[in-house]
Amino acid sequence: MVLPVPPPTPGVDPTISTPRRPVEDAVIRLAGNSQDGIQTIGGFLARLAGRTDQDVMTYMTIPSTISGGPSIFQVRMGSGEILSSGDQADFLVAFYQHSYDEHIESLRPGGVLIYDSGHVVPNPDDRRFKAVGIPITGATVEAVGGSSKEKGKNLFVLGLIARIFNLDVAKIAGLISERFGGKSEDIVRNAMLAFDAGYATPADNLADCLCRFEAGAKRSETGGPRVSMDGNLALSYGLIAAGVRYGAGYPITPWSAIMETLRSELPKYGGIFVQAEDELSAVSHALGFAYSGHLAVTGSSGPGLSLKMEALGWAVMAEIPLIVINVQRGGPSTGMPTNVEQSDLMQAIYGSHGDAPRVVLAPKDVEDCFLIALEAGRIARKYSTPVIILTDQALATRIEAFHEPDLTKLMVDPKPDLSPRGTDYEPYPLDRLTRHAPPGAPIATGKYPSVSGLEHDELGHPSGNPEMHMKMTAKRREKIKALGASLPVPEVHGDQKGDVLVVGWGSTWGPIREAVGQLRAAGATAGQLHLRNLHPLPPGLREIFLRYKDVLVVEMNDEGLYGYGQLAMLLRARYALPSIGSITKTDGLTFRISEIVNRVTQARAAHAGANGTRT
Amino acid sequence: MSSLPAPVAPAQPATLTKKILSADHPTWCPGCGDFAVLAAFYRVLERLQYPHQNIVTMAGIGCSSRFPYFVNTHGVHFIHGRSLPFASGVSLGRDDLHVFVFGGDGDGFSMGGNHLLHTGRKNVRMTYVIMDNFVYGLTKKQTSPTSPVGFKTKTDPTGSFDQPINPMRLLVNTGASFVARSHATQVNHMIEMMERAARHDGFSVVEILSECVEFYEGAFDAANPRKGGQFRTIEERKNDGTPEDALRHDTSDDLAACRLASQPWPGLFGVFYESNRPTKNRLERGLIAGAREKTKAAGDLELLQSSFRRLR
Repeated sequence: MVLPVPPPTPGVDPTISTPRRPVEDAVIRLAGNSQDGIQTIGGFLARLAGRTDQDVMTYMTIPSTISGGPSIFQVRMGSGEILSSGDQADFLVAFYQHSYDEHIESLRPGGVLIYDSGHVVPNPDDRRFKAVGIPITGATVEAVGGSSKEKGKNLFVLGLIARIFNLDVAKIAGLISERFGGKSEDIVRNAMLAFDAGYATPADNLADCLCRFEAGAKRSETGGPRVSMDGNLALSYGLIAAGVRYGAGYPITPWSAIMETLRSELPKYGGIFVQAEDELSAVSHALGFAYSGHLAVTGSSGPGLSLKMEALGWAVMAEIPLIVINVQRGGPSTGMPTNVEQSDLMQAIYGSHGDAPRVVLAPKDVEDCFLIALEAGRIARKYSTPVIILTDQALATRIEAFHEPDLTKLMVDPKPDLSPRGTDYEPYPLDRLTRHAPPGAPIATGKYPSVSGLEHDELGHPSGNPEMHMKMTAKRREKIKALGASLPVPEVHGDQKGDVLVVGWGSTWGPIREAVGQLRAAGATAGQLHLRNLHPLPPGLREIFLRYKDVLVVEMNDEGLYGYGQLAMLLRARYALPSIGSITKTDGLTFRISEIVNRVTQARAAHAGANGTRT
Repeated sequence: MSSLPAPVAPAQPATLTKKILSADHPTWCPGCGDFAVLAAFYRVLERLQYPHQNIVTMAGIGCSSRFPYFVNTHGVHFIHGRSLPFASGVSLGRDDLHVFVFGGDGDGFSMGGNHLLHTGRKNVRMTYVIMDNFVYGLTKKQTSPTSPVGFKTKTDPTGSFDQPINPMRLLVNTGASFVARSHATQVNHMIEMMERAARHDGFSVVEILSECVEFYEGAFDAANPRKGGQFRTIEERKNDGTPEDALRHDTSDDLAACRLASQPWPGLFGVFYESNRPTKNRLERGLIAGAREKTKAAGDLELLQSSFRRLR
């Protein structure tokens, strides 16, 4: 057994004579099996970045099997602003032969391959990379002792990474003891033994790959600490801040993490989250909570949303506020449950039956998952309507650091409005927004309202009158249009007019922004427009679109029968502009920056070749 | 506690009467058994005298599910089969409300069958009245999950052959903590059963045989003395130590309840099963109390701030 090496002073490494290579950012891909705890390494690195000046973004895939199966976790960290998890890896840590075989091509030429010499035999003829063999398994077992077998490999690798990048060891040690502190002392001790062993990897092996992050530009927004979390957690906390205290759901990947968080958190706030017997029951419970006066939430992923659709139609008809979350994944049916896709947009807007206008929002990054929940709550209350939040698998599971929001300004009072309603109270006035009167609210007229899925008159009585159906349909439509008109005109990033506008929604924000930066650097005049409000759309889009030769909508769904992705189809239908084109993909993976740059360049060339006509 | 509304003083001191409680005129066919159930419900509310604004009447879809429009209380007409989970949300969301759910055999046993199981299992506090007519009425005579074998409908023109549900046996086995059966022609019995159900702390269900005069006339004559039938009620154990008491039904015995429920048609009427096991409402409140004790009843802002601090 090797004695743990005392953590050296950060920044000073007496064993290394060669200077560290300065890098702006680095993409590290960890490839192993899902039970190896490689997500834990990513989590630590993300938390560490949140506590230092580095920025961070993670990306992971997990198999949809219960235990085992290949899994990756990719971390991009650095001193600049990190907007995407990176196209190619600078470092690949391969735990197994299959990890090496599967992921070696994701390493950029000149990148560093670190492999477990106990499990991996790299191709000796492949000279594109710098290969470093380290007995990860053997050294971990040796460091920790035989009893824990291979557990701790992840912390060994964390130590190795800390060594390579000269990370703040004291801060990592703090994170490790916070993470495992609740368990026995042995666990913290073993974790530190494994970490120290990784950190103490002989310098000779690593000499050429040691680097350090450039000091970089100081953060523009200083002030306030930063927090690191994944999108599902940010969304859960956003819901709490928005005043959600009640909800119901049914387990499905990748939505489940939100319901697990709410189930354990809401009781602390005096609320309840129900695990329902099925999706129909979940949405019905949530509507019951909403009817009883609480802002409530239900959510799911793809197939579960289909099951909620009938009740959602009722919520539109009965004008009951509700927040509905869809953590999108690859579809249809069970599809690719642990991959990302943006193919539920049309369902979110038009699902259910009949004319059932409702609100659809999409967050652009992890921080926005928190903020969009507040926006959803505001809209649901004000317009007495269901609001769907379309997030996705990539956002749900990736970790980002962001400035801690000022909760003192953001927290919304969750109390139901049980104030007495006056003699002029009508549940469904034609000329005003509906204000639901929950039970417990006395009604001055003594006539208590029925909340109804049948078409109804102003007082909620069923009505088969054709004129009343027209009026009420128009009422439900006009209130959503009024919301649209009240939204700010979205800002365009980059060039305000010119060659191409790249339009996106949801989690593609980061890669699109980086791609637009590259397009501009290559000489094109390019702008980025990212839509958070997908239904109703914000005002001013037509004027913006007209300022560009090409308007290309980038989204992770299929081009469909008519050659356009779902948002592109909507924008073409809405604005009837031939300049609107579509870039789609369905590989279940997030967009790489180079993919967007290449596809935009191709589309522009095709458009120019067609003499400006697009059919 | 943020979630619990402050108690509201009754809006009107006037006692609740049938006149105050009546709303839209029922849309049911003349002679429908549901009229009697509605009349009995008014009487139950007259007896209970809850604060008017705290009564909620809910239903799913079906003839009987039009019920909320005919009762002047806060009301909900929800979608087919899902009234129980909706009502669970109302009940769990607001402990100060009195939740009544009405519906038919199709809504309750077919479309909503799964929810019946789980609402019973969870024992959510509410009263559920199933107006069972053994046939689909609103859609005009299709087989229902309680239609007897041999009953001819538009979907079984040669006679139904799927075994019908035995509602009492099913309900006892869901874990519902109050299970009773009544007959729409027996008004006093209905009132007694519904009142006991309303006063019960838990998921209380009353199945009421309510004749559809249009599509299944005479379905329940066998239990109607005025039509030559016999209305036999359950004698409940009084625990008075007498030898004859041992022969009476022990309502806390679920197996005995299932045996009673297996008697030949038209069977018995009354309370089959009753237990005071804890409701989900109470258990959830316990969870909240435990969580708040652990956090020393920290305020909402403080709680969320400390969650964020842990992620720095």
